[in-house]
Amino acid sequence: MPDIVFMLLLFFMVTTVFRQFSGLPVNLPTAKKIEKLEAKKNVVNIWADAEGEISIDDKILDQVNKLRRVMYEKVNENSLITTSLKIDRAAKMDLVTQIHQELREAGALRINYCAKSGQ
Amino acid sequence: MMLEKRKERVVAIPTSSMADIAFLLLTFFLVTTSLDLDKGLGLALPPKGEAKPIPKQNIASIWINDAGEVMLDDEMTEISRIREIIKQRLAQNDKLTVSIKTGRNTLYQTYISVLDQVQLAEAKRISIAEPEM
Repeated sequence: MPDIVFMLLLFFMVTTVFRQFSGLPVNLPTAKKIEKLEAKKNVVNIWADAEGEISIDDKILDQVNKLRRVMYEKVNENSLITTSLKIDRAAKMDLVTQIHQELREAGALRINYCAKSGQ
Repeated sequence: MMLEKRKERVVAIPTSSMADIAFLLLTFFLVTTSLDLDKGLGLALPPKGEAKPIPKQNIASIWINDAGEVMLDDEMTEISRIREIIKQRLAQNDKLTVSIKTGRNTLYQTYISVLDQVQLAEAKRISIAEPEM
């Protein structure tokens, strides 16, 4: 019995990732055709809430056009990068378009709109 | 001479509580583990500064206005019907590019719903047009 418990314990210890940053609180939109994101190390998270506040990984950006620099560096480090956009469902497309433009400028072309499954 | 026999001590780790401790740790890691995988709609943005002209007959343009009303090729359409329409058009023309254009104040959820419908229709060429600034 203890052996099995230890095995499970080891598994959970290895898989546990302590989240350093959980992002801005956002209400994700819902969609049906959602796909899983692959390897976590190739993913950059960008949060944007309804008030237009943007955060990348763990830094809060006060201006959208600062995104370009940060993303450019990330793409340089790892060209396989996918950007996971966690945008509030009540956000305006104006903001989303600005983010698109910044990502295009930085050459981070692979994006993923984070969404929950549902209607 | 009296050689005193040294008493041999029996050294042992108490194992009876081991399972309890392991269980406690197990519960801790069970609770703290978040196996959350991010899921979402994938899309590839076009590279910077590239604007290829597409023949008009290969474009299905979707317009979403600020109020969340959707127009597909100059016809007001319900969001839930986009899937069938795009699917039909794709069957007729496999080079079809779906162009999605939004207003500045369109809600993100509306856009995602439309994009979802287009992707459900298995459209591979999706272009996101920039709203006029």
